[in-house]
Amino acid sequence: MTAIADRIEQASGAFEPSARLRKLGIGRGTAWLILIVILIVSLFPFWWALRTGLSSNSELFAGEQSLLPVGYTNNNFERVLGTASETEILDSLGRQNTGSFDFWQSLKVSVIVATAITVGQVLFSGMAAYAFARLRFFGRDKLFFLFLSGLMVPPIFTLIPNLIFIKNLGWLNSYPGIIAPFFFMTPFAVFFLRQFFLGISREVEEAALLDGAGHFRTFFGIIVPMSAAPIATLAILTYITAWNEFLWPLVVARAPERQPLTVALGQFTAQQPGTSPDWSGLMAGTLLAALPIIVIFLAFGRRVVDSIGFSGIK
Amino acid sequence: MTAAQRALPRRWPLLRSGNLHGGWPSAFWFLLPALIGFVAFYLYPAIRGVYISFTDWNLIANEGDWVGTDNYDRLLDDSRVWDSLKVTIRYTVINIVSQTILAIGIAVLMDRLTKSVVIRGIILFPWLIPNVIVAMLWVWMLDGNLGIVNEFLGWFGVDPIRFFTDTDKVIPTLAGINTWRHMGYTALLIFAGLQTIPKNLYEAAALDGATERQMFFGITMPLLRPILALVLVITIVGSLQVFDTVYVATGGFGGQPGGPANASRVIYLYIYQNAFDFNQLGYAAAISVLLVVILLAVTFVQLKLLRAGESDLS
Repeated sequence: MTAIADRIEQASGAFEPSARLRKLGIGRGTAWLILIVILIVSLFPFWWALRTGLSSNSELFAGEQSLLPVGYTNNNFERVLGTASETEILDSLGRQNTGSFDFWQSLKVSVIVATAITVGQVLFSGMAAYAFARLRFFGRDKLFFLFLSGLMVPPIFTLIPNLIFIKNLGWLNSYPGIIAPFFFMTPFAVFFLRQFFLGISREVEEAALLDGAGHFRTFFGIIVPMSAAPIATLAILTYITAWNEFLWPLVVARAPERQPLTVALGQFTAQQPGTSPDWSGLMAGTLLAALPIIVIFLAFGRRVVDSIGFSGIK
Repeated sequence: MTAAQRALPRRWPLLRSGNLHGGWPSAFWFLLPALIGFVAFYLYPAIRGVYISFTDWNLIANEGDWVGTDNYDRLLDDSRVWDSLKVTIRYTVINIVSQTILAIGIAVLMDRLTKSVVIRGIILFPWLIPNVIVAMLWVWMLDGNLGIVNEFLGWFGVDPIRFFTDTDKVIPTLAGINTWRHMGYTALLIFAGLQTIPKNLYEAAALDGATERQMFFGITMPLLRPILALVLVITIVGSLQVFDTVYVATGGFGGQPGGPANASRVIYLYIYQNAFDFNQLGYAAAISVLLVVILLAVTFVQLKLLRAGESDLS
């Protein structure tokens, strides 16, 4: 449906803009060409990483620059996934493996952390957003403004006190320590959902309340189902943000078994020697670490794309 | 009955009376989790951060004594603070100029050519990938010996460029990488802004014989001002807080984070080093306070200058 609508829109708008572009001295074809170059620039690094991950290091160091893998091998991906044998590692690297990380353990940490943060943050921010949008209580607008002012606090400012706090709780190198600061709310999540709740008609809600449903039943039974789309969008954005977080887990999880993929990959890079680093292994690991985000984006891309205009314009 | 309640239609008697949505008792449980998170991880650490900046906090002992304004006195005399600020500002300026110009160009192209979600998705894609991975992709592509970018430049007779090891080039390189990651996101924000401009304004201007250039500067730019103000605030505040990319891109392969020769030691990295490499958390907190003051001032001045709240469209 929407694809058809898009096409109709394009067709109806085709005349006027092309005439205007011609006035600029740029033909429609040239404009498309520029856009295609931009699309290639956006995607090429990922192809190049895949091509490098499937190449052998010895061929790479020989300076081969073909667009396709040189000395095709699965070995790099197997090394990252831990399924390569010692001799295979020696073969592909020409030396012992310097620096490595436990991909599966870090993947597990990333999944647990991102999932817990998404569930907690969306649920609790949604409840607060409902209170700010619908309930009436003393100091509501002042409290909401205070919440919003949290948007102005840069993460580095709270990083040190938060780390001391987590350390005092005995939560260094633990899941609760990595998750807690993002678990309960973010000002953005509260703001985002409040905007949607404000737009929901009060009639259904009023009917439910008149029927004697409590606020919790009204919220979970009516408001949440009616806001499924924006809640899903927020959940996807929250999951990606949590997955990408680097600085907080870097300082709070020094132990390798509690490092999410971003931190583990960063450490893996830092261990690489200056001469003949393991490029193909690095690129294989990089792609595997990005894979969950790529899958999420392929599945829910439209939601993410459509949400960008919202967060900007309000 | 408050004025807001009186404004409600008569068919919602319970809402009008205020009884149904009355008071803190019903709001309390909705707000409790978010309040815990806000107080524990935003409000309390913000206050404590200021306190820590007046102590000589040591993370290993996890305690600190009041030292008055020592940290701030030291900060004023520390040339490395001002050097790192200069580096940060240089990064920010290069990043903002390239990113904003590219994003406006992409947004206008998309506005004229296509509303395809797939194309918008591809352009947005790099923004979703973790900074750590983006840094690694580009360190490989921009490698001085084997990088594809130098190979490409070689076709045009350009000598290999040492993107990461030349003290003059490292900051423009990092800014370029960040521009690549963010230009799609910024373009989508501006694209959303373009959709709010009524097309009949252009038709009327075209009838009056306005040139494309006149329409761009006479209609598009003024009406985009609110969204441009927002985009600039987001990008400048974000650029001043750059950390992940610098830490990973300059820290691997035998290099030091912030290298070469501290040419890429941005303010965030200097705060990080003071806190976690030199164990001087009080001093790190004092520099964070300075950064917060700068960020607030930048935001305030920008919003004033650009009169963000107003649109010429009303």
